[in-house]
Amino acid sequence: MTRPTPETLAHSARRARAAAEPASDADHAAAVRTAATPAVPGVRTPAPAQVSGAGSLVRSLEALGVDVVFGIPGGAILPAYDPLYDSSVRHILVRHEQGAGHAATGYAQATGKVGVCIATSGPGATNLVTPIADAYMDSVPVVAITGQVARPSIGTDAFQEADIQGITLPITKHNFLVQNADEIPRVLAEAFHLAATGRPGPVLVDIPKDVLQAATTFAWPPTLDLPGYRPTLHPHGKQIREAARLMTAARRPVLYVGGGVLKAGATEGLRRLAELTGIPVVTTLMALGAFPDSHPQHLGMPGMHGTVAAVYGLQKADLIVALGARFDDRVTGKLDSFAPDATVVHADIDPAEIGKNRHADVPIVGDARHVIDELVTAVTTEQTAGRRADLADWWAQLDDLRKRYPLGYEEPADGTLSPQYVIKRLGEIAGPDAIYVAGVGQHQMWASQFISYEKPYTWLNSGGLGTMGYAVPAAMGAKVGKPDTVVWAVDGDGCFQMTNQELATCALEGIPVKIALINNGNLGMVRQWQTLFYGERYSNTDLGTHKHRIPDFVKLAEALGCVGLRCETAEDVDRTIAAAMEINDAPVVIDFVVGKDAMVWPMVAAGTSNDEIMFARGVRPVFDEDDI
Amino acid sequence: MTMHTLSVLVENKPGVLARVSGLFSRRGFNIDSLAVGETENPDVSRITIVVNAESSPLEQVTKQLNKLVNVLKIVELDPQVSVARELLLVKVRADRTARAQVLETVNLFRARVVDVAPDTLTIEATGTPDKLDALLRDLEPFGIKEMVQSGLVAIGRGSRSITAGPALRAA
Repeated sequence: MTRPTPETLAHSARRARAAAEPASDADHAAAVRTAATPAVPGVRTPAPAQVSGAGSLVRSLEALGVDVVFGIPGGAILPAYDPLYDSSVRHILVRHEQGAGHAATGYAQATGKVGVCIATSGPGATNLVTPIADAYMDSVPVVAITGQVARPSIGTDAFQEADIQGITLPITKHNFLVQNADEIPRVLAEAFHLAATGRPGPVLVDIPKDVLQAATTFAWPPTLDLPGYRPTLHPHGKQIREAARLMTAARRPVLYVGGGVLKAGATEGLRRLAELTGIPVVTTLMALGAFPDSHPQHLGMPGMHGTVAAVYGLQKADLIVALGARFDDRVTGKLDSFAPDATVVHADIDPAEIGKNRHADVPIVGDARHVIDELVTAVTTEQTAGRRADLADWWAQLDDLRKRYPLGYEEPADGTLSPQYVIKRLGEIAGPDAIYVAGVGQHQMWASQFISYEKPYTWLNSGGLGTMGYAVPAAMGAKVGKPDTVVWAVDGDGCFQMTNQELATCALEGIPVKIALINNGNLGMVRQWQTLFYGERYSNTDLGTHKHRIPDFVKLAEALGCVGLRCETAEDVDRTIAAAMEINDAPVVIDFVVGKDAMVWPMVAAGTSNDEIMFARGVRPVFDEDDI
Repeated sequence: MTMHTLSVLVENKPGVLARVSGLFSRRGFNIDSLAVGETENPDVSRITIVVNAESSPLEQVTKQLNKLVNVLKIVELDPQVSVARELLLVKVRADRTARAQVLETVNLFRARVVDVAPDTLTIEATGTPDKLDALLRDLEPFGIKEMVQSGLVAIGRGSRSITAGPALRAA
């Protein structure tokens, strides 16, 4: 097996910058903001210089404080790779542009800084489409830089030409086609500012090859020219007071917490608000870690595979306070029967989210951090005036549900290894300081359910787009951003086969991620739906990874320069995880060969009401309707 | 469904129209009419969009439009306090026997003849969509050979201007 040479490791260690300790809230939010603001203290402000467009691009990245970019060179972007060769910006050569995009996303989600990926024109750029769409759905600050054919060739179907600006219009927060080399510093600064502020999101900058080659002057800082971009950060005081009044008067309130709370760095404030009011908290798939799983007020995750208490809590609430959440269909179930008795306070930085799916009785536009801080003050005022909610009955109902319907699983009847057990032990052994990165499917839901998230920014996944293949490259990006944190990808055998080639990147670049491969030999979530809704007709879900051991994941891992381990019994689980935890000089893949029949429960079937939640197959929870 | 007239002030940059029109089709809205042109400030273009929508999805589309970085301002024009016009060019069959009647209709609608051929007249008319519909109804019996219509443009009555404002001056 080939491990990275000591030179590569020393090289990467030298380049690995700060960000060693787990990010605090303040760091996270600050990182987002300062990275986007040119000429802040500590960011270099170089003197004007005569350079090429490419030189101007690389110097702009340096001035913006970028420490790493993920990419692959090619014809149109080639001029940029020449000044990059001498730059302080570390370039990580990935194996597929999709990997570059997800790595930038993982880096951004773990550090709060803007993630950067680079690709060439045509197929290089179109390979970025999936990760850009992914980052758009999950509001992740990413800047994608693509080469374009030279200006005279645009529109002629030139070699490797694709209208990537047109293609990415609906999946970027904004995008640019640079027409003049003099614009490069300003466009880059605007791209970073747009990506990181307001509701974060991906921004694409497409630069024609002749613009990269043109002579220009690099001057920093540029002046941003974004007259139509003014995100509202501070909420309206009247709306805050109304929300506080409702929160202290409600009898069955719930705080419905979404990913916006993490993006705003508002988790400490959230805890204060929750403890001040005593209101139960649910955290969505995008918000796991925003509120400690172990906190007594935490009901768990709502939605299709949420806990019974969280789903019931929202469903029967008389007040829902949504903080940086968007009433996604996976949370609400059938929309017109969702939380029929609830008054809704909806706070979001994006005004278009408010009232999009569910009418908001109290709309609040603002950054979650400001919203939560001001709610704390307003609720304190209400309480000082003697108004305080009595939630004893509500908590009695919810506690009863938590006791009767806890998250759990049954050991497989056929004696195979239980995937839930593997994931649960992984969480217990690697602990709450590790970062967990999931793919999409059953393993993702089990990782959301059976690992306890105590700290913010320790859970990364593809929520909105549901991108299989996200985990390996995103884990790579997270590990680059947090080199001293243990990063575990929890991946399925289907997902893994979409992007595992990035393990070669990890091995060569000294990025020792760990992969817990939950190998059930099938496209497990699709198979689960076939079991439940298609009469157990398993059309095209068997990947053959069990039957034929193709590929042999241990050999594959070794071929990619990683350590490959296999675990097939419950007795070996702890020992194998411990062995992987010992290895810090190479990526590790554990092939956990698990049973194929395990299912994710509870479940609200797609398109049905949350009232129809099933605790397990054929088991509906009994709700005491008389209590409410 | 009711008609709404939106005045959308945007940065005068390449590709902005595609961003705006793409948003409408993506979110499932039908544009009834669309007109674009420069404003008194050459850095700002004004798109007038007529859309058929219920008020709550219209609010959603307005919010989504506002998220476009190049969009500076959106105002819905109330038909009671605004002036709205379309331009129509229509080529009508008008041989010697029909010509006098066609010209009478043109005068009645205060339209103009802008081109004459032995068997046709080309007529220019401006007005509200209702007026132009009425004109077309009256011309139809003579035989319409070809017609082209602009999108609606509209402006609020009174001395107030929607293009005043700090953001727009900066643009």
